[in-house]
Amino acid sequence: MKYVDEFRDPEKAKILINEIEALAETLHSRWQRPIRIMEVCGGHTHSIFRYGIENLLPESIELIHGPGCPVCVLPMGRVDDCVQIAERPEVIFTTFGDAMRVPGSKKSLLEAKANGADVRMVYSPMDALSLARKNPDREVVFFGLGFETTMPSTALTILQAEAEGITNFSLFCNHITIIPTVKAVLDSPDMQLDGFLGPGHVSMVIGNDPYAFIATHYHKPVVVAGFEPLDILQSLWMVLKQLESDEAKIENQYSRIVPEGGNDVALQAIGKVFRLREFFEWRGLGSIDHSGVQLTDAYLAYDAETKFNVKSIAVADPKSCQCGEVLKGVIKPWDCKVFGKACTPETPMGALMVSSEGACAAYYQYGDLKKLNVRLEVEEEVAVA
Amino acid sequence: MSEAHATAADTGTPESTRVRHGKLVSQVITLAHGGGGKAMRDLIDDVFISAFDNPALNTLEDQARFQLSDLARLGDRLALTTDSYVIDPVFFPGGDIGKLSICGTVNDLAVGGATPLYLTCGMIIEEGMPVETLRKIVASMASTARQAGVQIVTGDTKVVERGSCDKIFINTAGVGVIKQDYQLGAHLAQPGDVILVNGFLGDHGAAILNARGDMNLSSPVESDCAPLQGLIQAVLTAAPGTRFIRDATRGGIASVLNEIAQSSKVAIEIEESRTPLRKEVKGFCEILGLDPLYLANEGKIVVVVPEAEQDAALSAMRAHEFGEEATSIGQVLTGGVAGRVHMQTGFGGKRIVDMLVGEQLPRIC
Repeated sequence: MKYVDEFRDPEKAKILINEIEALAETLHSRWQRPIRIMEVCGGHTHSIFRYGIENLLPESIELIHGPGCPVCVLPMGRVDDCVQIAERPEVIFTTFGDAMRVPGSKKSLLEAKANGADVRMVYSPMDALSLARKNPDREVVFFGLGFETTMPSTALTILQAEAEGITNFSLFCNHITIIPTVKAVLDSPDMQLDGFLGPGHVSMVIGNDPYAFIATHYHKPVVVAGFEPLDILQSLWMVLKQLESDEAKIENQYSRIVPEGGNDVALQAIGKVFRLREFFEWRGLGSIDHSGVQLTDAYLAYDAETKFNVKSIAVADPKSCQCGEVLKGVIKPWDCKVFGKACTPETPMGALMVSSEGACAAYYQYGDLKKLNVRLEVEEEVAVA
Repeated sequence: MSEAHATAADTGTPESTRVRHGKLVSQVITLAHGGGGKAMRDLIDDVFISAFDNPALNTLEDQARFQLSDLARLGDRLALTTDSYVIDPVFFPGGDIGKLSICGTVNDLAVGGATPLYLTCGMIIEEGMPVETLRKIVASMASTARQAGVQIVTGDTKVVERGSCDKIFINTAGVGVIKQDYQLGAHLAQPGDVILVNGFLGDHGAAILNARGDMNLSSPVESDCAPLQGLIQAVLTAAPGTRFIRDATRGGIASVLNEIAQSSKVAIEIEESRTPLRKEVKGFCEILGLDPLYLANEGKIVVVVPEAEQDAALSAMRAHEFGEEATSIGQVLTGGVAGRVHMQTGFGGKRIVDMLVGEQLPRIC
């Protein structure tokens, strides 16, 4: 595929990996500890596993798979709200595919659908709006989910609904914003990170400036990265370069997509339709101030929470779940008590096991072979004993 | 509903043949067509018998009858299989539910080394289906059966109320005979064996997802739906040491490879750069975040052969119309973690290829 294969060239990868190894060795001998880099975005996690990138890196580099998978950080209580709305007879509940399996406290949307709720998978909020046009006697609800990446399309859909005077369409808004969350991760006392791969698609909308505090205030390098395997390797190399020369700045590896100042049209649409919530609940991370958005008063008519009088009840994560610690990189997925036992992609307890962008599901399915083999051997020894 | 339109035959007793002159008048299928009366007789005569036309069927007994001696000449074991077909949409690029219902069952027989011979046809039809649509589906079944060298010898029709089924469900069961020489099994793979496929992967899955229309991609991908008994017989003749063949339908080749690795207690390695994918399917998967290794195929098989017979098997496949793009994608390893499948990625990394859990769902971004 043109414009894609160039970014998957194994020969170029080898050159980069040699340089990464040299840099990692310098840093490792200087610090006498692993170099810990967080990729914030779930899209990066997916690519890292899909191309087996972890296996190519020296062992002194630890990748921490951050909180940037919107499906994974969805708390159980919000899924319960979805189910509650979806089970109303007049409602057609529309959602992105990978949110279907996220467990609520009683059931997932997939189970609600099996029990008779009219839940439909869509590829964009505009698909949901056209369902509303075609079904004027039904209430079509769109499950808005995601960071700044998907916010503009939701915002534009609301504006379109308003322009057409469509009244049987509403949004169950779970859009979240990345910056307060990165800040919460950085402020967490058990967190030790040396640098970040910044989320390329979010940055396409908001630009690079919002990350400046990571460099100025926390003195950590950030490289806004693309999603092809060479993008990721090059970005890791750029982070290591900064670390080597003791620098901390924001760099843009993904300049073919990300404009420095973001996308004005998208930002305007977001600004018109959304305002920050005082706080929003994240699975595993708890409540984070100003980390979610909701519709502004002018667009309340399109707010499903108001329309259906949803009384959100927070539900605690299962006690044995250690999603939060995995999200913050405090433990690795396979260190979690329930990983691969009570919690598998078939019967996920935590959302990290649900989406292919979730660190646990990615480890479970694509596996880090070296580490997984160690784990399998341990299990076999235990079984023999 | 109704009693079955149980139609079958005794080829040895022609006097049981009923005079057939039923003509279907109605334009749509109604509950009456499953009612066991004249309407149902007309439907059977005019739509099914006229299309499937063969001596065993035409006698219209309650069961098809076969001479054991005829079967025994072809081999030493009988193969029996059944599969039900439900698909949305019923007509899709590269095929329809009728063609699918023949290919799927024929292939299930053929991958065991059997020569497919006879099929049954059970249909559950939603009332309101236009008779013309049904005729198209039945015609497609008849022509695919001819292509596959099988006869549809008995059947059953039910009509259900609107909403009780999605347009039409078809079940076909099939009988075939396995030659003495063929011993195939998922547990027979050995270290050093090579893994072959007969062409581009994921076409059916991509074509169906696209045909559902949600994506509105103008992708020209067609389903690979095809009867593979000829191709399989050619492989078995050219490579008599073949260990195992399986059609990679739902769950894609990833599921088949995992089954082999687990049953044979071996590790399997495939190479991404050698897995044949059309660029349209690759692009489709890129956009939706799907993994082509898990996409369904309806005309693709995974073949495990000893390395010494690799070339013979590949040339036999490539000489066949459904195997022109046949290629080797990997091998059974000596050592490694038994039961595991992994892939050398085109990028130089390595990753596990696990069983699919549930359904593949498109990613959000």
